[in-house]
Amino acid sequence: MSGILIKNARIIDPSQGLDGKADVLVQDGKVLACGPKVAAPAGAAVVDAAGLWLLPGLVDLHVHLREPGGEGKETIASGARAAAAGGVTSVVAMPNTNPPIDNQALVELVKAKGRSEGVVSVFPAGCITKGRLGQELAEIGELAKSGAVAVTDDGSPVMNAELMRRALEYAGMFNLPVIQHCEDSNLAGEGVMNEGAVSARLGLRGLPKAAESVMVARDLILCEMTGSHLHLAHLSSAKSVDLVRQAKRRKVRVTCETAPHYLALTDDILRERPYDTLCKMNPPLGDEQDRLALVAGLQDGTIDAIATDHAPHGSLDKNVEFNLAAFGVLGLETSLALVLDQLVRPGFLTASQAVDKLSCSPARIFSLAGKGSLAPGSDADLCLVDPEESWVVDPEKFQSKSRNTPFAGATFKGRVKRTMAGGKWVFPES
Amino acid sequence: MALTRLKSKDLLGLEELSPEEIALILDQAASFKEVVQRPVKKVPALRGKTVVNLFFEPSTRTSTSFSLAATRLSADVVNIATTASSITKGETLLDTVRVVEAMNLSVLIMRHTHSGSAALVAKALKASVVNAGDGMHEHPTQGLLDLYTIREHKGRLEGLEVAVIGDIAHSRVARSNIWGLTKLGARVRLCGPATMLPRELEKLAPGKVKCFTRIEEAVEGADVVNMLRLQLERQKRNLFPSTREYSRLYCLTSERLKLAQPGCLVLHPGPMNRGIEISSGVADGVQSAITEQVTNGVAVRMAVLYLLAGSENPEVAA
Repeated sequence: MSGILIKNARIIDPSQGLDGKADVLVQDGKVLACGPKVAAPAGAAVVDAAGLWLLPGLVDLHVHLREPGGEGKETIASGARAAAAGGVTSVVAMPNTNPPIDNQALVELVKAKGRSEGVVSVFPAGCITKGRLGQELAEIGELAKSGAVAVTDDGSPVMNAELMRRALEYAGMFNLPVIQHCEDSNLAGEGVMNEGAVSARLGLRGLPKAAESVMVARDLILCEMTGSHLHLAHLSSAKSVDLVRQAKRRKVRVTCETAPHYLALTDDILRERPYDTLCKMNPPLGDEQDRLALVAGLQDGTIDAIATDHAPHGSLDKNVEFNLAAFGVLGLETSLALVLDQLVRPGFLTASQAVDKLSCSPARIFSLAGKGSLAPGSDADLCLVDPEESWVVDPEKFQSKSRNTPFAGATFKGRVKRTMAGGKWVFPES
Repeated sequence: MALTRLKSKDLLGLEELSPEEIALILDQAASFKEVVQRPVKKVPALRGKTVVNLFFEPSTRTSTSFSLAATRLSADVVNIATTASSITKGETLLDTVRVVEAMNLSVLIMRHTHSGSAALVAKALKASVVNAGDGMHEHPTQGLLDLYTIREHKGRLEGLEVAVIGDIAHSRVARSNIWGLTKLGARVRLCGPATMLPRELEKLAPGKVKCFTRIEEAVEGADVVNMLRLQLERQKRNLFPSTREYSRLYCLTSERLKLAQPGCLVLHPGPMNRGIEISSGVADGVQSAITEQVTNGVAVRMAVLYLLAGSENPEVAA
């Protein structure tokens, strides 16, 4: 095998403390060498990437691929193509499909489809409870054995504290993170957007940020009690960040993520665009104080990862009354651009810190071997980014089957040019 | 040049209107009020035009009022009363209104359970859309008829203290009152139990809106008191413990009314829960303008329909 040598890029790989001009040689799906002036073996294809950034492929811990059951919105194939277009080479597929991924056979299905139809690595998450009903534990041991990388009832919280305790204890035996969708259902009620001045103005039922942080507080206590790995999904509020920060000081075994839209938007967008269902997601957009706290949480390490919560929906789910519209926004194809725009260019994070949150750190906290690094021996997953290229978000050009982004028409600087997964170029499609 | 038209093709809320546009509607309503007191209560302003009344929530007074307003302007009127859930499954609200629009209407008057539904529909249709109440958001023609009634009695709105009392959180009437009153220079006191009183509403018109949980404080020195209907089913959601306690704490009685300015006007959008939010003595008393509100409602709705869909020549109306 002759391999591919990518030369002259700025390689940003915090897993190796690398940020500078260097070359990467990949062969047989693995990184063979990474460093300054790597020589091209005979017959290697040489790619000159001068002026571009070369990053380890991004790792997205929170993606809804909708298959099985929601193939009209997304499939494993289309979601994986969308990931590749966004520089994402590993996705953790949420199990709130129809049927939900609550047994070994369904984990195998997602894995097999991921291998045969997905251009990037698809890691299934399994359910915490049978049928995601929040009543009885799923066969978490079997899920782990068949390859689930985490368990979660995402989309629904585990409301029963005793059940959550048992899930943590039990999943801990298999070293599986338990991902909680932090929301107290009673406090959330029928809320459809953040409770505050904008919800009061629009006459929309408010979902108070306390619904999230009350659950965060409870689960941190259960995490401390059990010593198992708790991962908090899509944190969106200042109070939650604060609670996690305090817990981490006590060495509680918690990790957490936030999503790019919480870093870019606040609920004020619904004052500018009243009842725009493209801005409806769960948890809802918070206020400016929440947004700033999330940025600070990323800066000081309280928040481990940026994950998109990519949630495809069709127009039948979105082109309706706000109360009836589905929660969720697309994320895979805009996440890197949003992070560069909101965090790197204004100086909140260095490029290296941003890559850590988008790739190295998520791979590490979910123990995804070979991912999130360009160190020799790692999987040959990478992306090339032009940090200077401006582009306009056009949902019609998305690889995703869905179009539900609030960022249509926005101009971003910084664009994914090529993505490689497992040693093969997977974006753009040749 | 004096304003003669509204800027938008639709009336979705009072939030979007300028003070001049609100004044234009009120002035136009005054000339229509004169029309409806004539023996022949009809003008040809909307002759040949079709107005559809599409109500997804049960309503007698608002739908009748709109229907009568359109008829008195000589429009052809179609009334459709349905419920959101009775719309065939699989068909969206937009599908439904596009079917109605395909029958060539000029104005769609719509009431719907969900906030923002009128805006959704207005964006999709070429016809004018009049919001007859969208969820907990706005009920602009109720707001306008409240303004009209107050102005008729007090001669002005500028500088008045208006208390709006009841379930503020879920009330579209409250929101339309806040926008309309503050735009025309009045101050609004919102009052209700803390469970139904979002304090953030003070931010809609900073310095002009104030929240109270004690009715006595809200009523004291007020020029107008607008009582809202209590939806009894809110009790099941733990927003108040019992109608008995609610009426003890929030019923507008003649004793409480004495705290207001002498000659304080009493309004209620109806239908009333007598003995719960308002005592019969007050409802039927000399300070009550509750039945006048209904009369004025027709004139105000005529004005709105006329300004949105009527002849380019305003002379035709009066």
